[in-house]
Amino acid sequence: MTIRFVLFVNKQGQTRLAQYYEHLSLDERRALEGEIVRKCLARTDQQCSFVEHRNYKVVYRRYASLFFLVGVDNDENELAILEFIHLLVETMDRHFGNVCELDIMFHLEKVHFMLEEMVMNGCIVETSKQNILAPIQLMEKAS
Amino acid sequence: MDLAINPFSSWHPLRDMIRSIRACKTAAEERAVVRRECAAIRAAISEGDQDYRHRNMAKLMFIHMLGYPTHFGQMECLKLIAAAGFPEKRIGYLGLMLLLDERQEVLMLVTNSLKQDLNHSNQFIVGLALCALGNICSAEMARDLAPEVERLLQNRDPNTKKKAALCSIRIVRKVPDLAENFMGAAASLLKEKHHGVLISAVQLCTELCKASTEALEYLRKNSLEGLVRILRDVSNSSYAPEYDVAGITDPFLHIRVLKLMRTLSQGDADCSEYINDILAQVATKTESNKNAGNAILYECVETIMGIEATSGLRVLAINILGRFLSNRDNNIRYVALNMLMKAIAVDTQAVQRHRATILECVKDADVSIRKRALELVYLLVNDTNVKPLTKELVDYLEVSDQDFKDDLTAKICSIVEKFSQDKLWYLDQMFRVLSLAGNHVKDDVWHALIVLISNASELQGYSVRSLYKALQACGEQESLVRVAVWCIGEYGEMLVNNVSMLDIEEPITVTESDAVDAVEVYLKRYSADVTTRAMCLVSLLKLSSRFPPTSERIKEIVAQNKGNTVLELQQRSIEFSSIIQRHQSIKSSLLERMPVLDEANYLVKRAASMQATVSSVKSAPAVTPGGQLKLPNGVAKPPAAPLADLLDLSSDDTPVTTSAPTTAPNDFLQDLLGIGLIDSSPAGGAPSTSTDILMDLLSIGSTPVQNGPPTSNFIPPGIAETKPVPVTPQVVDLLDGLSSSTSLPDGNAAYPTITAFQSATLRITFSFKKQPGKPQETTINATFTNLATTTFTDFVFQAAVPKFIQLRLDPASSSTLPASGNGSVTQSLSVTNNQHGQKPLAMRIRMSYKVNGEDRLEQGQVSNFPAGL
Repeated sequence: MTIRFVLFVNKQGQTRLAQYYEHLSLDERRALEGEIVRKCLARTDQQCSFVEHRNYKVVYRRYASLFFLVGVDNDENELAILEFIHLLVETMDRHFGNVCELDIMFHLEKVHFMLEEMVMNGCIVETSKQNILAPIQLMEKAS
Repeated sequence: MDLAINPFSSWHPLRDMIRSIRACKTAAEERAVVRRECAAIRAAISEGDQDYRHRNMAKLMFIHMLGYPTHFGQMECLKLIAAAGFPEKRIGYLGLMLLLDERQEVLMLVTNSLKQDLNHSNQFIVGLALCALGNICSAEMARDLAPEVERLLQNRDPNTKKKAALCSIRIVRKVPDLAENFMGAAASLLKEKHHGVLISAVQLCTELCKASTEALEYLRKNSLEGLVRILRDVSNSSYAPEYDVAGITDPFLHIRVLKLMRTLSQGDADCSEYINDILAQVATKTESNKNAGNAILYECVETIMGIEATSGLRVLAINILGRFLSNRDNNIRYVALNMLMKAIAVDTQAVQRHRATILECVKDADVSIRKRALELVYLLVNDTNVKPLTKELVDYLEVSDQDFKDDLTAKICSIVEKFSQDKLWYLDQMFRVLSLAGNHVKDDVWHALIVLISNASELQGYSVRSLYKALQACGEQESLVRVAVWCIGEYGEMLVNNVSMLDIEEPITVTESDAVDAVEVYLKRYSADVTTRAMCLVSLLKLSSRFPPTSERIKEIVAQNKGNTVLELQQRSIEFSSIIQRHQSIKSSLLERMPVLDEANYLVKRAASMQATVSSVKSAPAVTPGGQLKLPNGVAKPPAAPLADLLDLSSDDTPVTTSAPTTAPNDFLQDLLGIGLIDSSPAGGAPSTSTDILMDLLSIGSTPVQNGPPTSNFIPPGIAETKPVPVTPQVVDLLDGLSSSTSLPDGNAAYPTITAFQSATLRITFSFKKQPGKPQETTINATFTNLATTTFTDFVFQAAVPKFIQLRLDPASSSTLPASGNGSVTQSLSVTNNQHGQKPLAMRIRMSYKVNGEDRLEQGQVSNFPAGL
């Protein structure tokens, strides 16, 4: 297992997307999200993008008002995860065109579909934006 | 505004729901909106609404994300998955992955739908099913559906192939036995061109290597060539717009391939040599001005460190780390520190060269970097650099922020103890740490300090004076106060008379009443905790014998606590008053300096208590002065009680007839001084025996305690009932008082505790108990201790015995084993040996648990049972 969860959180600390690749109960999720978000939001831009929390390492990156947090194992390549976050944002950008928080909220299921194409069971499956978006665009055409 | 049932537009109500949730100003409003929506969805479900099912699912997902329970939607997911249309299936599978997990029984119902979809003619539907299976399948589903997935690995469509490969990862993880079925297919996937297939296949290979050594061997032979080719292709390829990140083609694939190479070549010189060239090429040619390039370099360095690389390659790697460390980007510095930790095992000298830079990182503004750097410094300390490094760290302790002090203090203490050949230096460092961060010092650390002082007779005077001075300056540090108060009580006269001055010291003038003042302050301070105050009381009592002129004053101070609401202090104060007042004849011998504490013994016990459990420390049979073997009484003794036997006053050595009390953890000093906190044991039923010891101690040659000393008309609860409990023979001998009337419970032949199982990660000890009159029955108390640094969850212990033995397992005390021996789990086993006396006990054991969510299994055979069971 490499990626354990992906979270999108806005500046107010509200979760905008949560995808876990290991089982956590609702209460555990809430507690985890609360703790991590508090830790990450408290950090400045100059500080590094990695936070150690319990037995995870959280890699986060901020785009405008949204924080993208990815929880990984301790032996995961942190820099690669940063690059992965960027790829995810670029993919959403290509689909929505200048993606913003509202796009993600109102099209939650589409963002999940994209994430599903990119990550399975915590492993990265696909890194080409075109391949990631192909099934989603196909579905839009169909409906 | 019940928009949820609006039958007209299919997606807008979701938007409306989100809008109304967003408009909520308080959490209560949000809850109300969510409740209303959930009610509407439930109603729709019970009406069997077909048309808006997937819309409701979308809403449920949103509600789930906000952290509300959504279990009632689980069946809806299954219905959607079973529907024919793609959009319904799409959302159904998404819901399945979000709302369900492998533990739920509902999941079993989906196996059939999954099987159908895996055989569907539409590749997108097959993809959906693979994705769902890959994310949530359980071991049973994995077994059922593995053949379908194997077949799909041969599919023509690359998208199906890549998903099937990742799905196989999950299957292999759930059922490692299946690994061999996948290794051939995995190796052949590496010949593909499609990057998605490649990256999935590489990850599958990595997983297979972990799951089975056979697969590892197979892949070493069959995949290395392909991997080198992939790496060469991606790093030499011309611009590929789809996979390009800052001028580098598909860094993700690079990284996964490097990782697999590491797994394959670890401990294998041939493989390592084979990939030598390509690693050198990646390490030299990759651009390091962008994050993507650095990510590759980072992975490449890790691979070089992990394999049997040539020295030239290692120098290259260390140089890259050096460059990283001096980078201005904090992310890069962080990973450099992380990597240097691993490099230290390979080449300590090279890492030592960066010591100054690393030390700077300990003081960085960023807590993540500080933590890493501190870990690294800790590993870098050796005999030659320990003094300057400790000085740097201690200096920094003064200015570091509160959150970091815990870590920093623990590391400094550990360093100082490890390199403590020079006792004076050790004491100086510890006194500084206690003064600066005494509140963060762990109990065992200051216990060890007291033991050391007690052993260093030439430094006792120096210690008590330094501590007295430190106490004046930093009295708010709890553990400083404790150590100082203890030393003042023991070595008070050295403080006042400047005994055994060292050359470096300046003489100080402290009068006898100054010393009493110093202790009195902490007895009276409200913020002081009970342990500290109890120590103050003992210290005062001792001072009253060291400084006879202050005796009257001390009597008054002690008497003030007779009405203390903390029972422990109240009782102590009554007893001590009585000693001062009525037992002048034995007072001076009673209050003599403590005998030198046995350092070697303490260190052994401390080490044991850190790893091992509770009962292996305690329930080892103790030999009483009378030479009788005493029976472990099954008292769960807290691990932090290693000093308990110091005065042989520890209550737990006494055979207790009732179900035994447990003393609260960490109150070893109570034990040390013969003080048992009464309020920490259940009132009434199970009396704390240490109380009796003191009561007996005080009743030597005088009236029985029940009649009470005349100074008190208050008899603490428990005393009346505690009387019948046997007295510890040691204490009696010590005081030449009562003759021992203790008789051990009969029929209790003692059996030594055994270590039934020990591996690098787990230790199991058994202690035994027999009921009198039933020789064939034995109660085994098993204690499990986790020796690894990660917590074990879902711990299950199983045991099997030969036919002539019957076994019953009681539930374990917990299924979680904390890391590094911090506590343990106990479980009792009842064994009946039907051929008692003819055949010995034998047992096979099996332990399964999870580490970071991964299943582990250990097994063994216990054949070292003591004879006679």
